[in-house]
Amino acid sequence: MDVLQLQKQFVDYRASLYHEGFLDEQFTQLQELQDENNPDFVVEVVSLFFEDSERLLNELTKALEQQSIDFKRVDAHVHQLKGSSSSIGAQRVQKVCIAFRNYCEEQNIEGCLKCLQQVKHEYSLVKTKFETMFQLEQQILTAGGSIPV
Amino acid sequence: MESCYCIEPQWPADELLMKYQYISDFFIALAYFSIPLELIYFVKKSAVFPYRWVLVQFGAFIVLCGATHLINLWTFTVHSRTVAIVMTTAKVLTAAVSCATALMLVHIIPDLLSVQTRELFLKNKAAELDREMGLIRTQEETGRHVRMLTHEIRSTLDRHTILQTTLVELGRTLALEECALWMPTRTGLELQLSYTLHQQNPVGYTVPIHLPVINQVFSSSHAVKISPNCPVARLRPAGKYVPGEVVAVRVPLLHLSNFQINDWPELSTKRYALMVLMLPADSARQWHVYELELVEVVADQVAVALSHAAILEESMRARELLMEQNVALDLARREAETAIRARNDFLAVMNHEMRTPMHVIIALSSLLQETELTPEQRLMVETILKSSNLLATLINDVLDLSSLEDGSLQLELETFNLYAVFREVLNLIEPVASVKRLHVSLNLAPDLPEYAIGDEKRLMQTILNVVSNAVKFSMEGSISITAFVAKSESLRDSRAPEFYPVPSDNHFYLRVQVKDSGSGISPQDIHKLFTKFAQTQSTATRNSGGSGLGLAICKRFVNLMEGHIWIESEGLGKGCTAIFIVKLGIPGCLNESKLPIMPRMSTTIHSQIAFPGLKVLVMDENGVSRMVTKGLLVHLGCDVTMVSSSDECLRVVSHEHKVVLIDVCVPGIDGYETAMRIHEKFTKHHERPLIVALTGNTDKVINENCMKVGMDGIVLKPVSLDKMRSVLSDLLEHQVLFEAI
Repeated sequence: MDVLQLQKQFVDYRASLYHEGFLDEQFTQLQELQDENNPDFVVEVVSLFFEDSERLLNELTKALEQQSIDFKRVDAHVHQLKGSSSSIGAQRVQKVCIAFRNYCEEQNIEGCLKCLQQVKHEYSLVKTKFETMFQLEQQILTAGGSIPV
Repeated sequence: MESCYCIEPQWPADELLMKYQYISDFFIALAYFSIPLELIYFVKKSAVFPYRWVLVQFGAFIVLCGATHLINLWTFTVHSRTVAIVMTTAKVLTAAVSCATALMLVHIIPDLLSVQTRELFLKNKAAELDREMGLIRTQEETGRHVRMLTHEIRSTLDRHTILQTTLVELGRTLALEECALWMPTRTGLELQLSYTLHQQNPVGYTVPIHLPVINQVFSSSHAVKISPNCPVARLRPAGKYVPGEVVAVRVPLLHLSNFQINDWPELSTKRYALMVLMLPADSARQWHVYELELVEVVADQVAVALSHAAILEESMRARELLMEQNVALDLARREAETAIRARNDFLAVMNHEMRTPMHVIIALSSLLQETELTPEQRLMVETILKSSNLLATLINDVLDLSSLEDGSLQLELETFNLYAVFREVLNLIEPVASVKRLHVSLNLAPDLPEYAIGDEKRLMQTILNVVSNAVKFSMEGSISITAFVAKSESLRDSRAPEFYPVPSDNHFYLRVQVKDSGSGISPQDIHKLFTKFAQTQSTATRNSGGSGLGLAICKRFVNLMEGHIWIESEGLGKGCTAIFIVKLGIPGCLNESKLPIMPRMSTTIHSQIAFPGLKVLVMDENGVSRMVTKGLLVHLGCDVTMVSSSDECLRVVSHEHKVVLIDVCVPGIDGYETAMRIHEKFTKHHERPLIVALTGNTDKVINENCMKVGMDGIVLKPVSLDKMRSVLSDLLEHQVLFEAI
């Protein structure tokens, strides 16, 4: 496939992510921050997000498995996750986090467990999407083209 | 009763004698009794009398003597035994007291005498003190006089007044008969009588300066007594009176140039004036020491006052001179400005006025060229075109030069074909060269890049100018043009010591050498080549036209291109080589070249606004959002420090940080408390960084809390680049911001 086609594919894919609500405006902002002084900014931030989120999800799982659930701790983690995802622009993850927090306030164990599942699901979805997008970017760069803004 | 014959008078009683004895004794007794009374009376009157008891003794002695004599009165006639006893007692007592008194006097009289001596001594001393007092008083008087004189002398800065006042006051103080001042003449060989107290002699009377008496006075800093007969002292017509004593003192005349700082001038120039003072004639007055001292002091004061007056005159003169110069300079400056303005106006007008017709001519001639023409017509049109091009070039040159001089010319940089430039030059020069039967060869080095970034038009102009000069000044032979990339060794040239080329990755230095075998230039003319309008004087070249601007313009272009141009020639008739080096950019580099190309425009116009070096501290626990915020700020040019806890924040924050961004939504870390502690840490308002809260939601509570702890603003997350930019600019401008949603 030649560069132009790859680029078109990339643009379409990215548009779909926005369309499906995986990404929001914030991600566009992130892309704007990437320039020649900071060429891998987006990749770095997203990687950090992955690390952070995985850690948080593990913590959440552990916390919710306890006999007596420390809702404050759970809330703290969810808050973190919400912050990270909103900074990245991972919209769907963020939305789930908001619901999650509400359940935490109500101390609704069922609700929390359900939300945890949802968050994990959304997270893995968005992770896959990001990974695909980055792969496409790599292909374009290898082919000698430049990433369309 | 009959007279008793037991004691018979030895001598015959004489009645008269007896009577006289009787009376004398009586008076003696009286006196002897009254003397002590008198003594007592007077001693009582006097305040002090040290020898009272002596007096008593004396008194007793006298009284007893008196008593004796009194009792003696009764012994002239027959007296009883009682009387005899009383008489005897009295005599015995008298004898005792007399002896005692006599003995006492031996002690007393020397004492009394010494008192006398002491009294005399004290009287002498008193007289001496009186004399000294008199002296001191006189001295004080003198001092007062000096002060007064000095005051008078110093109260004016006019030389004439100073001198006149001196004489008058001196005359008054010392009660002088005559007082005169002799000043040295311009030639320094004579002393001229300049001022006198009473104007007896005509002023202008001169005396040669090398008289011994004058030398004597000049060589001493003291007032010297001189003879009234010497020429300087002969101020009064000789008369029958005894002239009073005359004293002369020197008055040093100090020049401005004598003054060294911290160094009282050595009186090396030895210009003195002479002051002569004459006491009144026929008076027995002598010059006292204190009067001489007074005179010396006054002479010094006069010297100082005169020098002050001289300095003042100098400085007044200097000031006037400066003012005149100032005015003249101002005028010159204004004239220069007018001239410049006139020239600029002229150029502005000419710029337009000249180019327009030129343009028309060239345009129409070229259009004409396109039409059907006979060969002759074509030739004519071509000539017209060539001439008008030349003229256009000339106009451009002149205008360029003036804008070059103003410094307003900027190179137009673009990518162009370097090879094409050389080819074009060659094409242009071929016809002329072939007419003169000159052979032109072009050598381009293989490593010369095909494309370069620079001002194509001006580069071509430069090359063309140099080459056409070579052609112009050569009658025969060949011209060779070589161009290559200059390596660092060949960049520096001994002839161009100020040229420090700095090679870098995006540029290369193009070196062009044009060698001709023409008339050459003598070494001393080389430096003139690059001066405007100056041409070397050989008549052969005079006819070849040209304004002499060419090389000057080339030099300026080359300088603009950060290069250097020079000409080498071995002398007249040996041809010359023109060499220049210019800096050109290499196209196709990712980094921007140093040439002033406009920076790549970002999507928004606002991205031009940045906050270079603004120190910002970001406190956020969440790694991802921290990174995003940092990325935002770094993109805006800030210098970002990240902290993730309140303690770390307070440790790190300093007065260098202008803005602190705190995420207040993080549970477990109290952003508000951090803000309060920052407030506490920086008591001075201007040192405190601006605190902005980053929050994920805005409700009134958060808003109020932020205001309560003294935050300067709230920003709602997520923050976009534009929002961050406007937040920072508002914040820095207004020092406060509430709220940026």
